[in-house]
Amino acid sequence: MSAWEASRAPAAAQASAACPAIRAERVSVRYGTTTAFEDVSLEIQGGTLTAIVGPSGCGKTSFLCCINRLIDLTEGSAVSGQLTVGGESVLAWGIDLLALRREVGMISQRPNPFPLSIWRNLELPLREHGVGDRTERQQRIEQALKEVGLWDEVKDRLNRSALALSGGQQQRLCIARALVLRPRVLLLDEPCSALDPISSGVVEEHITRLRGRCTIVIVTHNLAQARRMADETAVFWTRDGRGYLLESGPTEQIFASPRSPLTAAYIQGLRG
Amino acid sequence: MISWRSSTSSRWGSDALLLWGLRGTALVSTAVVVLIALFVARESFPLLHTVAPLRLLTDGSWNPLEGAYNLAPMLVGTLLVSAGAVLISAPLGIASAIFCHFYAPPLIARGYRVIIELLAGIPSVVYGLWGLVVIVPLLGQIRPLGTSVLAGSLILALMILPTMVVVADASFARVPREYLQAAASLGLSKWTTVRSVVIPAARRGLITGALLQTGRAVGETMAVLMVCGNVVQMPARLTDPVRTLTANIALEMAYAMGDHRAALFTSGLVLFLMIFAIVACAELVNRERSNA
Amino acid sequence: MREPGPRGADRLATVAFWAVAVLVVALFAWLVGDVLRHGFSHVSLSFLSAEPEDAGRAGGIAPIIVSTLIIVAICMAVAVPLGLGTAILLSEFLPVSSRQGRFVRRSLDVLASVPSVVFGLFGNAVFCQRLGLGFSLLSGGLTLACMVLPFFTRTAEEGLRAVPREYREAAAALGLSQTGTLAHVLLPAAMPGLLAGFILAVTRSLAETAALIFTSGYVARMPESLFESGRTLSVHIYDLAMNVSGGEGMAYASALVLMVLLIVLNRSATWLSRRWSTQKGVAS
Repeated sequence: MSAWEASRAPAAAQASAACPAIRAERVSVRYGTTTAFEDVSLEIQGGTLTAIVGPSGCGKTSFLCCINRLIDLTEGSAVSGQLTVGGESVLAWGIDLLALRREVGMISQRPNPFPLSIWRNLELPLREHGVGDRTERQQRIEQALKEVGLWDEVKDRLNRSALALSGGQQQRLCIARALVLRPRVLLLDEPCSALDPISSGVVEEHITRLRGRCTIVIVTHNLAQARRMADETAVFWTRDGRGYLLESGPTEQIFASPRSPLTAAYIQGLRG
Repeated sequence: MISWRSSTSSRWGSDALLLWGLRGTALVSTAVVVLIALFVARESFPLLHTVAPLRLLTDGSWNPLEGAYNLAPMLVGTLLVSAGAVLISAPLGIASAIFCHFYAPPLIARGYRVIIELLAGIPSVVYGLWGLVVIVPLLGQIRPLGTSVLAGSLILALMILPTMVVVADASFARVPREYLQAAASLGLSKWTTVRSVVIPAARRGLITGALLQTGRAVGETMAVLMVCGNVVQMPARLTDPVRTLTANIALEMAYAMGDHRAALFTSGLVLFLMIFAIVACAELVNRERSNA
Repeated sequence: MREPGPRGADRLATVAFWAVAVLVVALFAWLVGDVLRHGFSHVSLSFLSAEPEDAGRAGGIAPIIVSTLIIVAICMAVAVPLGLGTAILLSEFLPVSSRQGRFVRRSLDVLASVPSVVFGLFGNAVFCQRLGLGFSLLSGGLTLACMVLPFFTRTAEEGLRAVPREYREAAAALGLSQTGTLAHVLLPAAMPGLLAGFILAVTRSLAETAALIFTSGYVARMPESLFESGRTLSVHIYDLAMNVSGGEGMAYASALVLMVLLIVLNRSATWLSRRWSTQKGVAS
């Protein structure tokens, strides 16, 4: 059993124990000679919904990708600093990446369902991560689809291609696909930016309902969305072409009385 | 392309000449394939005139000098050898391409691709030569003489392997990166990603490639001529010698006359139609993909 | 709860794919190694300049090299004008979706899928018999030209299409005639791509055997005219392997010469097309 599985609390434990805190200490990411962001220290409490906001190019997506080590897929990337999820380091050598990514789910900006049937999209990660019992898989798939409000829409065409769904439906399918593994952390990279306003609203509503079931971190350009959804907000900014953490704290405080003038200007739409 | 029709062309006499010259070359180019069809059909005609086409399958044997024109043993020979070749080389070629894309470190992948490119350029006679001198004696130890359907399939497989790798490589390169990212973020292992996401995504390109290589295998002459044994018979076992349609034409054309010659042209026509059908299938599959 | 399945299968798959790669490389190393090993001892300057003796078991391949060069020259002399002209028409004068254009391309595609024996049949019927050329270098070259035409046309068209639109616009703005634009702007700009296509067509014709067996024949003497029969390197290899007992050594030697020639040509074509695409990159 990997450290990730060992640290999993029994099912009956409180929400906070099942939703790990994310702690970043002086994390920096470089791609070759360019620095995406540097020296970010941030604490995200377990079970909360945290929004990461800021202008383009300040490293928000890169930061997100560190948490599930998806940053490894980019050639030439180098991460330094300490990053822990639920007390276990994520950046250490030799950790079980596949188990990590089962516990930490991610939804990308553009919907990316596999070119397979809806059912198979959801079944694949379950089979891969050892859910051998067919009934259990069926239950989990149905539950996940219900959680994103897709069950009634697709229950009669589970065998049709996922690519035939609309953009909003595809994105909800991707969320369901991540949820089906029962992750304790959910990372969302601007999940609504590629969708029309109505689908965007639906997706946002479902994400908000997940609060408390896992620790959620959402990168967004949409300040109004952050204000609506998030418990905590972190503001990233750039300086000399490198990203850094400008300010973080409870959402109400960031929006009502920000400490930094840059934050105030950004929120009012004057900068960024 | 800029529309020159309406521009300055009317002012320049040389341009009009150019256009007509170009049209002439295009006409000749297009005419070649039509001519081929016509001539081959024409030369087959004397036979088809006197011999009912069904006899091509039902005559007692292939013995043109005595009026027997059964093509069946050679058709079967062609089909067996080609099918065997594709069955061997398609999985190996696809696996090689997967290796290049997903398992090999960049330097090794590059080297592997260079090797494949070089091998795609080896002429079929050289494959036939090596097959005859090396593979056939090896097989001959299992069962003399060694020239057989199996030898033909093995050598042909080796011959079409490089092109199969190139086609599969290109198909995998077209798989969108998003699928790979989604698979990684779900914690899918490399093999699961390849098996359940990449191959289905690339499926149509792979099938098209395999079909085109089948067409090439059916049309191949030299390599099979040199290692299949050229005995006109219905093969009972993989180790039996056999003669393909292509080898038949190549061997007998030099001395065939009259109806015999017409029979060879007829088998050429059959061959052409077979390959045309296979290529048309490949194109259908390909078109499906781009419409999906 | 966790099955050993996916992880074990993953490891097995990795081993399997590496094994396939090693197998493929090994097979080809075997083949190329054999050609090198058996052929190298026979290849020498005298091999390349002497006439074959004893049905080819001894001596050299000089007349065969000459015949090969002549046949390839005839082939390209016919295929290049036809192919280039067609390519220019397709690229510069016909919109991509025109019916004429599609018809021309389709017939060339069909031509490309005709098997080489059928080309041999056609060449025999038309050039040897109908036009009365008999077994000759001319018949062989013309037949090969038909074979090579679709490939050269396709690469020539690609080369021309790759020339940036800006060049054509500039030429039109300067009032250049179409002939002038072609001659002074387009063809020079497309030259690396065209050359690469030319070289690839040459490699195709060098590798061809079946179409030549009954169009240019088997004669292994030094040809004195285009109307004489002659054999190419590939036909020579075939003859030595199949019809001459004990001819394998010389067959390997000829194969080595042929393969070296092809590798040199292929590398030049790759180098040229790489130069062509960097030119494209700079211009676009």
